[in-house]
Amino acid sequence: MVLDYPLIWGFLIAVAIFIYVVLDGFDLGIGILYPTTKDDEERTLMMNTVAPVWDGNETWLILGGGGLFAVFPLAYSVIMPALYMPIIMMLIGLIFRGVAFEYRFKASAERRYIWDFSFFAGSVLAALSQGIALGALIEGITVEDRAYAGGWFDWLSPFSIATGLALISGYALLGSTWLIMKLEGKPQQHFRRVARPCALILLGFIVLVSVWMPFIDPDAMKLYFTAPFIYYTVPVPVLVAALAFVIWQGINNPISHARAFVSTLLLFLVTYIGLGISIYPDVVPHRFSIWEAAAPDSSLKFLLVGAVVLIPLILAYTAYSYWVFRGKVRSGEGYH
Amino acid sequence: MDSLAVDLARFQFAFTVSFHIIFPAFSIGLASYLAVLEGMWLWTGKDVYIRLFKFWLKIFAVAFGMGVVSGIVLTYQFGTNWSVFSDKTGPVLGPVIGYEVLTAFFLEAGFLGIMLFGLNRVGKHLHFMATLIVAFGTALSAFWILSVNSWMQTPVGFSMNEAGQFIPEDWWEIIFNPSFPYRLVHMLLAAYLTTAFVIGAVGAYHLLKDYANRGAQIMFSMALWLILFVTPIQMFAGDLHGLNTLEHQPAKIAAMEGHFENQAPAPLILFGWPDMEKGETLYKIEVPYLSSIILTHTLDGEVPGLKSFPREDWPNATIVFISFRVMVGIGFLMLLVALWSVYERYRDNLYDAKGLQRAVLIMGPSGFVAVLAGWITTEVGRQPFTVYGLLRTADSVSPVDAPAVATSLAVFIIVYFAVFGVGVFYILRAMGQSPDVGEGPEEGIPTRTAGITPVQALQNQSGGENDGS
Ligand code: HDD
Ligand code: HEM
Ligand code: HEM
Repeated sequence: MVLDYPLIWGFLIAVAIFIYVVLDGFDLGIGILYPTTKDDEERTLMMNTVAPVWDGNETWLILGGGGLFAVFPLAYSVIMPALYMPIIMMLIGLIFRGVAFEYRFKASAERRYIWDFSFFAGSVLAALSQGIALGALIEGITVEDRAYAGGWFDWLSPFSIATGLALISGYALLGSTWLIMKLEGKPQQHFRRVARPCALILLGFIVLVSVWMPFIDPDAMKLYFTAPFIYYTVPVPVLVAALAFVIWQGINNPISHARAFVSTLLLFLVTYIGLGISIYPDVVPHRFSIWEAAAPDSSLKFLLVGAVVLIPLILAYTAYSYWVFRGKVRSGEGYH
Repeated sequence: MDSLAVDLARFQFAFTVSFHIIFPAFSIGLASYLAVLEGMWLWTGKDVYIRLFKFWLKIFAVAFGMGVVSGIVLTYQFGTNWSVFSDKTGPVLGPVIGYEVLTAFFLEAGFLGIMLFGLNRVGKHLHFMATLIVAFGTALSAFWILSVNSWMQTPVGFSMNEAGQFIPEDWWEIIFNPSFPYRLVHMLLAAYLTTAFVIGAVGAYHLLKDYANRGAQIMFSMALWLILFVTPIQMFAGDLHGLNTLEHQPAKIAAMEGHFENQAPAPLILFGWPDMEKGETLYKIEVPYLSSIILTHTLDGEVPGLKSFPREDWPNATIVFISFRVMVGIGFLMLLVALWSVYERYRDNLYDAKGLQRAVLIMGPSGFVAVLAGWITTEVGRQPFTVYGLLRTADSVSPVDAPAVATSLAVFIIVYFAVFGVGVFYILRAMGQSPDVGEGPEEGIPTRTAGITPVQALQNQSGGENDGS
């Protein structure tokens, strides 16, 4: 049987990145929302909703990076130098927020604000850099032969800044709706209020970026308006609008807890698929297709065997871990 | 690429990976130690074991967190700073790292939450399972990453394509490449020894203050048993490792030994200063025949010198020579401690042996120094190649401008010292608390938030048991 291994892997990497975006998205979002409350107890609660799972969430990022290295080494070796600064910024951000999970509870009460700030600033920096990296990739990078050939500030543009800010607002919405689901009482009320502006700002950015895309990328223009792609692109805005409506209801309706979060996940999925359609079949947009950048089949096959067995297993025990820590997180009660 | 950019990238990699390895070296050993402690608790039901478990768990949590964030930096650095290397070796090394992520990292991360926070949620036995899985995951991660590193030292099982990429031919050969078994054993033992010295030193610190401290007694004794058995094995493994290196990387051995000329019989240079310019080792103190005996196991076997290799293929002999001696020297000091502990045990005086306790306390960080010295020997000795004999370091680097690398390097240095410095401070502070204060809630922590940090969560659970005692 002849399988198209690069295509399968392109799909798997896309899935891994998506899982990363939504999982780490809500815990980065929690960091982004830290300044919305000054109450120490509430901040503790916020962090505790993700403390047992954040490490697992971040592992998807390692799979994304390591996977790219394994199956699309050419893409990895062109993209990483092109995005040198945003990647380093992201890593620094992840350091500051990652250590805060432990340090916050080790610091004395007067020093705690340092790690609260580190949690917040690290999360914002990581989200911003990821959004910038995405924007810069869509705009396209300069390549000669098999190597990056641009400068070290090529990634900086109005468009990439816009996608950076858009991702911050997206993560903030994920974070606030997650907290609506995991908290109750007054803190939950608080995050219902916080979620509203997040949702509006995110929608604004989605519209802005969608309108902007065809101008920076003539291919996207074609995609949007010619058959057969038009059949895929038309439903996207419709779905986005419908989901926005459901999210808004979920945020405001006092008896719904999980709905806003779940529909925000769907909103991410829809926009992600829309983006995927406009980039396909490239891994390095406008430069290398998935077949050009792929490692030889012997590499792809070898890792695929493991992935087919292990990814379902990973999903299973990740789900188990979420199950163990299911339900509302309560003040003073913690994890029992 | 200009050579400044290469040097900056090398220094950045060396700096970040050196910081990183400090945490795995400790968390691999500590995860196993925690599993043993929890197992003893389940087995004997004695409170002291769960108290020790909690004591070390909070230290583990901090060290593990630092290991994670410093490790993520490394995976991305292959691409940001060594993009040509990534393009060429990706088909071979990428899938091996991919397996590390799929088998080890997810396993560790997936069960870490339960290990830290879940005791009251899943019950003792499932919790013990989680601890075992995390311990297993750390060793598994060492397995894969050391396979990757060993392949770079002794590459086999591949062919080349037109684009100059390494193409995998035989995965079994690639993973179990010639230097891998030695490196895996040597590194895992190094991790256990490093951890044993830290645990021993913490035990010694508390015994020096109060020799009747039960928790401290157990730590001290357990650590010294491990040191007694593992140190000689480690020296033996190191010897075999060296023989393997002689076979596959003779230039590295020449640099480690400080030999510039081929010699038969060859003396062992104990101390000296290999001078790369002059091409000889200055101020040397030698033992005749010994190098031949160690490396060829005959009296007059030939031992290679650097001059039998092209000048442009020499590693930096000065660094390799010194770092190797630091590692081996520490190995012998560790052996001395091991023997001393036997003597004190024989006199039935282990818990009151102030001299031994002071020695172990001073030797607390020695494992980290030996690990770093060992890695410096291995990695600097591989130069000037990233894939030994095939891909030069200068040809591996990314087309990133020197100012960009200089900026990131400066940021890493500042951030690492600040952030990890604080982490080490928190760890030391936690180590300074007596492992015997198990009764009642810990001072200084509001009970309102109990159950929030790992320790508090555990404290809560066994708080009930302790109340009765
Ligand atoms: C001997 C073992 C060893 C060695 C040589 C290395 N590591 Fe490591 N690494 C570990 C042993 C380890 C570990 C014990 O598995 C860690 C430490 C703490 C932890 O979270 O897992 C870890 C963590 C860790 C993580 C975070 C994993 C997580 O989220 O759980 C990454 C991405 C890396 N490492 C990557 C690397 C790379 C690219 C290395 C090559 C230079 C490297 N490590 C050397
Ligand atoms: C974890 C412990 C390790 C330490 C402390 C360590 C140390 C070092 C040092 C000191 C250098 C600089 C050598 C020089 O430039 O002269 C270096 C370079 C390098 N090492 Fe390691 N190393 C470790 C593990 C690894 C592993 C496991 C890998 C592979 C996965 C690796 C891959 C590299 C690469 C790619 C370079 C850069 C290129 C070079 O300069 O050779 N190292 N390392
Ligand atoms: C005294 C006996 C020892 C001998 C003869 C010895 C031998 C060696 C040799 C020959 C190497 C270089 C391998 C190569 O790349 O070619 C090495 C590396 C290393 N050593 Fe040792 N060693 C000894 C003790 C120790 C101790 C006590 C530790 C730490 C606690 C340690 C930790 C390491 C590490 C981490 C490396 C780098 C990883 C590797 O290549 O295995 N060694 N050792």
